[in-house]
Amino acid sequence: MNHSVIRYILVNVILFEGVFMIPSIIVALIYGEKEGFTLAAVMAACIAFGFIGRCFKPKSTTFYAKEGFVTVALAWMIMSIIGAIPFYVTGSIPNYIDAVFETMSGFTTSGGTILTDVEHLSKSIQFWRLFTHWLGGMGVLVLILAILPLSGSYNLYLMKAESAGPSVGKFVPKIKDTAKILYSIYLGITIIEIIALCITGLPLYDAMTLTFSTVGTGGFGLLNDSIGSYSMTTGCVIIVFMLICSINFNLYFLLLKGKIKDVFKSEELRLFFIIVIVATLAVFFNIRKLYSGTTESLYHSLFQVASIISTTGFSTVDFNRWPDFSKNVLIIITLIGACAGSTGGGFKVSRVLILYKSIKNELYTLVHPRAVKKVHVDGKILSSSLIHSVGIYLAIYVIIFGISCILLSLDGYLNFESVFTSVAANLNNVGPGFNLVGPMDGYAKLSYFSKIVLIFDMLIGRLELIPVLILFTPRTWKKLD
Amino acid sequence: MRIIVVGCGNVGSDLVDNLCAEGHDITVIDENEEAVNDLVNNLDVMGIVGNGASLSILEEAGVRQAQLLIAVTGSDELNLLCCLIAKKKGNCHTIARVINPVYNKESIYLRSELGLSMIINPQQEAAREASRLLKFPSAMQIDSFTKGRVELIKFKIEEGSWLCNKSLKEVGRNSTANVLIAVVERGEKVFIPGGDFILREGDAITVAGLTSKNIAFFKQMGFPTSKVKSAMIVGGGSTAFYLASDLISMGVKVKIIERDMQRCEELSEALPSASIIHGDGTNTSLLMEEGISNEGAFLTMTGIDEENIMLAMYAKSIGEHKLITKVHRVAYDEIIGKMDIGSVIYPKYLVSEKIVRYVRAMQNSVGSNIETLYKMCDGKVESLEFVIGEDFPLIDVPLKDAKIKPNVLICSINHKGTITMAGGNSVIKPGDTVVVITTETGFSDFKDILA
Repeated sequence: MNHSVIRYILVNVILFEGVFMIPSIIVALIYGEKEGFTLAAVMAACIAFGFIGRCFKPKSTTFYAKEGFVTVALAWMIMSIIGAIPFYVTGSIPNYIDAVFETMSGFTTSGGTILTDVEHLSKSIQFWRLFTHWLGGMGVLVLILAILPLSGSYNLYLMKAESAGPSVGKFVPKIKDTAKILYSIYLGITIIEIIALCITGLPLYDAMTLTFSTVGTGGFGLLNDSIGSYSMTTGCVIIVFMLICSINFNLYFLLLKGKIKDVFKSEELRLFFIIVIVATLAVFFNIRKLYSGTTESLYHSLFQVASIISTTGFSTVDFNRWPDFSKNVLIIITLIGACAGSTGGGFKVSRVLILYKSIKNELYTLVHPRAVKKVHVDGKILSSSLIHSVGIYLAIYVIIFGISCILLSLDGYLNFESVFTSVAANLNNVGPGFNLVGPMDGYAKLSYFSKIVLIFDMLIGRLELIPVLILFTPRTWKKLD
Repeated sequence: MRIIVVGCGNVGSDLVDNLCAEGHDITVIDENEEAVNDLVNNLDVMGIVGNGASLSILEEAGVRQAQLLIAVTGSDELNLLCCLIAKKKGNCHTIARVINPVYNKESIYLRSELGLSMIINPQQEAAREASRLLKFPSAMQIDSFTKGRVELIKFKIEEGSWLCNKSLKEVGRNSTANVLIAVVERGEKVFIPGGDFILREGDAITVAGLTSKNIAFFKQMGFPTSKVKSAMIVGGGSTAFYLASDLISMGVKVKIIERDMQRCEELSEALPSASIIHGDGTNTSLLMEEGISNEGAFLTMTGIDEENIMLAMYAKSIGEHKLITKVHRVAYDEIIGKMDIGSVIYPKYLVSEKIVRYVRAMQNSVGSNIETLYKMCDGKVESLEFVIGEDFPLIDVPLKDAKIKPNVLICSINHKGTITMAGGNSVIKPGDTVVVITTETGFSDFKDILA
């Protein structure tokens, strides 16, 4: 294990976190809020620490997969721990564990909140809270890769560990350029949404913050009832952008290169839209009598399905009060999640696709024991090691899910439905669960132990299990391995 | 620059490593998924698994945007086909590896007809290197510049040599030949020495001088300078074939020991004046029987590195031969460098060097220009030959007044065909070609050496 390189990258992460606070400080300046001083102090400390730390160059630059996983896991923990300081010091969130929960929920783009009243937050703190979604959506290390000259091959390991999906590839030969392209696409989508939201009548501040929350597929809102009080047009813009950001960004790159045919050939994309349409129709037929008109019920069902499958977690209505069938549909799509390579979380549509195809294949070979059959996705043969790793991923996922449920059930406050859905919602970075942790309730009343468990679930879910597990494997830290 | 490399074998991976260090955008293509993954995981390159001659694969690799395609798979025909398709589709420069001597004879025709920029043949490069070394047996490595008129000669200071414990100033005082001691390797360290640098036993030093004057220097220093009269080659592969033909044309008697009868017959047909021995070259009694102790040079050119190294060590133990060993794998070069087995030739290095040189020249096709580039001392030192453009800021400034980066040595200046070794009073004029030796890598313009 090469500690000095890890230290060097982590120092850079802290430096960048300081830089990331600058927009919130500008907001504080514009609105003349005293929270700006706290943010500025934290920023100055981070940047100073970062510059001093950068003076100590790493002794050697050997960097393997192991270092990549550990760096990414530690970086995300440090980011949340530091990012929570402004909330705590300004008194916006009086308890530090709550503040870390909120920040982790922000960076991992979960969107579950411990705040019962988000409207009382000052504008700058609110901005920082939603800006964490934007940063966490595409990944902070990817951004650092795009900007910093961290020369060397080890960048791919960082990107692999941070990006979502069963197989992470590059668009162009250099990782730096790939990271730049990813962020340019992301920035482009962000700007378009800000403009679109402004056109629907939102003030710039609201448009910006809601955009951060949408494109990062986060789910923090400005108002206590999430998106409920906004107009239907605003809601529709948000639906479109939630869906756009839960699609694999590789496809946008193909689109920009003019390979439109290849985009529509993507089996993951097709499956994603099939799931969205089927789930929306199912929910729609189930809830159509609850609301006044067909349009309204269709709007609420589409919004909720898009919000949940993109793992955003916005809500227009309290879907906790919906009939059981609709809730079950929503739980199922919570577990599926967005496409690989998007800003969304969850198990990922591509993994579902691979599992489905390999199950089909398995059944086929049982019927025809001598058959030779490969699993194809998008016209390419999947290597058996990839299929194997998806299977293992599922197994780890189930185990972590189970352990988290058991730990949460120690909390006297929660009942079975709340335990199950809060683990599902946080491990998949959706945010709101059902019953006691529904969209209008939040996680405020949970015990601190439960909150810590959920903090880890969010982190494990965002980084796709493996990095955090490796971080806590004793073998990783032994000198001789 | 955007470069596509087809083939991730021995040569390909080393080449990609070198090109990557120069900061190019590289896409590699190979049918072997494992080889591609290895490269992608270790270097900042993009990998595609598939046949490099297939149009769809080449398009996926972005052949239309690429400036250069290098085909270095094991198959000559595939390499040529890759280049042909890339040329037609992408209009990029193309470099193909062609090993088969049958094609090699027609390489000029192939090059012009298929629009190739370069045909590269690692075996032939290795053979040329070896024969150059045999012309001057004390040397471990010889690189030539300015069309062969300036040579860099690397040799080891043996125990009891006159050079031991002398400073460079003393050496200069005691020698009438105008040569520069350009690079000193001590263990794993590499120095560009100054005047007060003291040479020690075991140092490998590289001397730069005019080809005509070098011999005088070595005579003064008491090194044997005559070229070898006879050579024994173990292993009859294509390197051995090219080498034998070179040596025969130099008037050296050649004996090749080859294990495979059919190959022996082929060699015998192709090289009538060489003696071809059918037998196992690793069998010491066979070597004795064939008179190893009387040979001037012993060259191990089998396909197996370990055999080559062991044989060279054996030969070292029984006599005073000029030894040249061919090694494919670069991974152990530092250990091999420490072993006392004479000159070691890495065909891979030679190929990467030649291609890197081509790429750099492509990059600065205007203004100052790299004519030749050699990587020395396991790639730690580069010697480059530049053409000076009109816009060079230090025209007519004596070198002792010029501010030059540390670890850079200006070695020789060619002014309208008159070559001088650079000294403090030398001046550079536009149109001159200058040879520079440096431990920094990546210079692409002569101006880069200025501090």
